[in-house]
Amino acid sequence: MYAVRRWSVRHARGLEIVYAGFERVVVALHPLWKAIGYERLEKPVAAVEQVVKGFLFDCQMCGQCALSSTGMSCSMNCPKTIRNGPCGGVRANGNCEVKPEMRCVWVEGFAGSQRMREGRDAIKVVQFAVDARLKGKSSWLKVAQDKAPKPVQEKAA
Amino acid sequence: MKFDDEPVPGYPLPILPGHTSPGRLERVLRSGGFAITAELEPPDSADPSEVYRRAKVFDGYVDAINATDGSGANCHMSSLAVCALLTRVGYAPVMQISCRDKNRIAIQGDILGGAAMGVCNMLCLSGDGVQSGDHPQAKPVFDLDCMSLLEIGRDMRDAHRFQSGRKVTFAPRVFFGAAANPFGQPFDWRAQRLAKKVEAGAQFIQTQYCYDVPRLRTFMQEVEDLGLLGKVFILVGVGPMRSAKVAEWMRSNVPGVHIPDSIIKRMAGAEKPAAEGRKICTEIVQEVKEIKGVAGVHIMAYRQEDSVPEIVTNSGVLQGRVPWYPGRDESMPEVPHIPPPVAVAV
Repeated sequence: MYAVRRWSVRHARGLEIVYAGFERVVVALHPLWKAIGYERLEKPVAAVEQVVKGFLFDCQMCGQCALSSTGMSCSMNCPKTIRNGPCGGVRANGNCEVKPEMRCVWVEGFAGSQRMREGRDAIKVVQFAVDARLKGKSSWLKVAQDKAPKPVQEKAA
Repeated sequence: MKFDDEPVPGYPLPILPGHTSPGRLERVLRSGGFAITAELEPPDSADPSEVYRRAKVFDGYVDAINATDGSGANCHMSSLAVCALLTRVGYAPVMQISCRDKNRIAIQGDILGGAAMGVCNMLCLSGDGVQSGDHPQAKPVFDLDCMSLLEIGRDMRDAHRFQSGRKVTFAPRVFFGAAANPFGQPFDWRAQRLAKKVEAGAQFIQTQYCYDVPRLRTFMQEVEDLGLLGKVFILVGVGPMRSAKVAEWMRSNVPGVHIPDSIIKRMAGAEKPAAEGRKICTEIVQEVKEIKGVAGVHIMAYRQEDSVPEIVTNSGVLQGRVPWYPGRDESMPEVPHIPPPVAVAV
């Protein structure tokens, strides 16, 4: 929802704190996810994620969430899906060139990033293009898998 | 300036130490010259002579010619094809690549293909939204954005690999550029975004139309403060306006174009508005040349391309330099005469 999306950006710092705690829990539970099976969890977790993040951010389920680096403004709501905005077409009032009635998601994003601690600098880092294969998948599970401590690989004798 | 190894079409120049392309634009910029580029309006036609006719207008006044890629999301001859025609006779094009219409597979193929045909400069753009063009019903691709495109291009050139990791056996030797809009909101972040583009691999920048020189000065100061001046060549976008009405229209209808009231007033009060527009443009060229870090100008004289020689001459920025063009030196081949296409009965 547009109004909620803008609320989220205004409360980017609070959401950053909440997410940091949430991420710690999700990553810590990696053994549990592994025991249940990531593939089995994919559908229900993605469904929950879509409802929660859809409500808060108008999340488009790109599957590789960058909200922590975009000031809590979902860049997939940019009509050009630019991951490193804002483009040169932002209107004088800060609205989108393509959708004149909508605030530019990157004008919002920069404002949000300035309220954040980590996000303040994270927005300056270049984000690479999305992997189309991950569309519709859960970012949370991906983070749990990516950030979980990796077992030490035994060296081949 | 004249290089002692001026091009023979089809035979690339050697790459000088510290350069990434064999192109003349990079040579002019790196040798400290004030570079001039101009935008060629691609024809809505399959007639190659139209491309040559439009390029010839710039002969002796520009260092490189931008071939736009469906600018404004309107359909025209492709930038790759315009570049193919231009390089055949030795012109130095800047091939614009927009992410709107092609995915990464097509774009990487075009980078290789363009480089193989002698395109030395490529401008990486996200592109205008399809809604602003003549085919709003088209599917917007945007598989990449300009930053990812820059990174991919740089990796193809420097790391000799596609984004997939697969090896490129002969790397494209390209001078990569990007766009910037110092005049768009949010002002505070424009220099920062330029820094991201430089980080991603941009070596030169062509900006949106500049009609607000004080704003550009502020932007350039921020660019300097971020330590970017030695890392990227900035060409400021300029262009003449035909009348106050056109200026007014551009201001309210072309997103990202910012025209101060003072300019519109000056246009409205002029006896000959078109001449006044060229005069304003000339003055802006002269003013921006004095700003630290400005390495050249990019002239976008939309539908007034024949005014480019006048603007360049009156601004005096070339200081007697005559950029290469086919036929400048007697030994150079002329633009081939291509007869207009004849309808063939099937």
